[in-house]
Amino acid sequence: MSTDVTSSTPPTPVAAKTDGGFSINSLLQRDLGQLPVLAALVLMAIYFNVSSDGLFLGSRNLSNLVLQSTVNATVALAAVMVLLIGEIDLSLAVVANLAGAVMVTLSVYHGFSAVAAIIAGLAVGALVGLINGLLVAVVRVPSFIVTLAALLGYTGLLQHLLLPQTTIRLVDANLTGIAANYLPDWLGYGLPILGILGYAAYAIFDYLRRRQLTLTTIPLWQLVVNIGVVALLSGLALYQFTSYLGVPISTVIVLGLIIVFWVVMRFTTFGRYVYAVGGSAEAARRSGINVSRIRVMIFVLASSLAAVAGILESSRTISASAQVSPTLLLEAIAAAVIGGVSLFGGRGSVWGVLVGSLVIGSLINGLILQGRTSDIQYMVEGLVLLLAVVVDALLRRRSAVVGR
Amino acid sequence: MAIEAQNARTTEPVLQLHGINKTFGAIQALRNVDFEVYPGEVVGLVGDNGAGKSTLIKIIAGVYTSDAGDYIVDGKKVTVTRPQDATKLGIETVYQDLALCDNLDVVSNLFLGREEASRFPFFLRFLEQNDMEKRTQDVLRQLDVKIRSVRAPVASLSGGQRQSIAVAKTILRNAKVVLLDEPTAALGVPQTRQVLNLIRRLRSQGLGVVVISHNLADVFDVVDRVVVMRLGRRVASFDIKSTTTEQVVAAITGAEFGDKTNGQGADAAEIAEEVH
Repeated sequence: MSTDVTSSTPPTPVAAKTDGGFSINSLLQRDLGQLPVLAALVLMAIYFNVSSDGLFLGSRNLSNLVLQSTVNATVALAAVMVLLIGEIDLSLAVVANLAGAVMVTLSVYHGFSAVAAIIAGLAVGALVGLINGLLVAVVRVPSFIVTLAALLGYTGLLQHLLLPQTTIRLVDANLTGIAANYLPDWLGYGLPILGILGYAAYAIFDYLRRRQLTLTTIPLWQLVVNIGVVALLSGLALYQFTSYLGVPISTVIVLGLIIVFWVVMRFTTFGRYVYAVGGSAEAARRSGINVSRIRVMIFVLASSLAAVAGILESSRTISASAQVSPTLLLEAIAAAVIGGVSLFGGRGSVWGVLVGSLVIGSLINGLILQGRTSDIQYMVEGLVLLLAVVVDALLRRRSAVVGR
Repeated sequence: MAIEAQNARTTEPVLQLHGINKTFGAIQALRNVDFEVYPGEVVGLVGDNGAGKSTLIKIIAGVYTSDAGDYIVDGKKVTVTRPQDATKLGIETVYQDLALCDNLDVVSNLFLGREEASRFPFFLRFLEQNDMEKRTQDVLRQLDVKIRSVRAPVASLSGGQRQSIAVAKTILRNAKVVLLDEPTAALGVPQTRQVLNLIRRLRSQGLGVVVISHNLADVFDVVDRVVVMRLGRRVASFDIKSTTTEQVVAAITGAEFGDKTNGQGADAAEIAEEVH
């Protein structure tokens, strides 16, 4: 199929088969990236549900699953940011613990208020990210090495900070409440409704604007279906939470972060530049983009997100620990990759975090329900990660051929 | 023998370089080179490897700064020391590697670095995606470039289409002069035809176009005038209508003037200067 211009053809309009601005289809292609993973998630849910006699999909278990996945999802979101510019950050999990430790120490020993302690924790994350980012972007040390050094150094700093103990118990009720408390009903229902209305308003506005500019639009029925699907999914999630204890505050924070980062990455110049730097740093530089600035900002954002994860983790475990979870970072990167984010930069969406984290979270949760121990869990996790990458590689190779 | 074509033009050149010299250490890459492009003119810049084409182009693009000589745009002397200076003056260069982001779609690539965006309450700038898509369609139509979907990633396009996108990018920046470095290298026959057609389109829009090429067939197909460089000097400028390939090849290799100076070919350039 050739779309080439021959010199004899008279000027005709550009082929008008541009796809509509925003559709579930384009969302799947561009933002979720892979139906296979979604299908796998559904199959997995059905399998675990059957094998656990309906326990898995019970609202209590699902609420727990989501709560358990929040920390992983936040670190995965941080990992996605760094992966999108084609870099890596090995220090994310340690930075999470460090930020949690700073927050807990300040709250317990120095009488900081909850807000002040949280801000201090976030500031530590941002500072670490700034140092990492400057070393990577300005000094041009490979990010693998910079963040490996950070991983080692901050592990030591973390242990030093908590001496002579290895864990400190968190007492501030405001801080422990982040993970333990649920939204009041009016907010629990209000926020999702606000979200759906916001999406509907955007979708309709976008549709009308494209008509006005005589760009191709999606058919009207599809617009209605899109809004309906978003409303249905939000409604299902909301029903699931409210039929147990309500919407956990930590879940709202993580979902909010995913939505905010998705909007930033997809609809702003900053997001566009991040993808450009990940795609071709040289092309971005020649287009007048300050590549170093983007790199530094991404490392600051990623470490700050890691700090959020650490704060959530401290709140959930009611403590700060010198012991960094050996799997947190690796599972976060696994979640990002399962969610369709390329390790080579420039490809993947923030929404992949949600899918990937749910896959990892469901696996662990489901295997525990089956009474499997961690030896089996790790082996299955490894297998699933490998499977996801292989399927992704095969699909990509096919679409590369079809795309021509 | 008329080596210098007479430019019977009433307009002044949109871009003019005069007496350009450039040395790298002991090597003199350019000696007293003149160069000019008129609006609506396609100039081919040819020469053997090491003749100074690349150095000249880089000086025009602002990558190098000349040691001596004038850089004149629209009759006004200007200083160009950085690529941004040239870009601001409307002198755009499309390099062989095109500098596109394969993962981004056509619209994103065209507007990369100069997006249309609104300032929202925050410090973030929100993209006007639909307006950019509209302008992309307009520009591509204007250049007669056909692409299945302007939302397709650039990686899925053919070589000719990618070249077209890189050129269209310069049009969006309101270029006056477009420099194309080997635009048809590594392209197949239909792709090459597509790019040559695009160059004609640029000419009909009144732009000055400079094409650096090793492919004389392409050069003869599309240019109005060909400037020949040899050993750091401009040795000839031919009006393409009254020139044969043999004449151009002779000027490139220096064969026409013989090799009186043991292959240095210096006097050949001097002859050219005199005729000029």
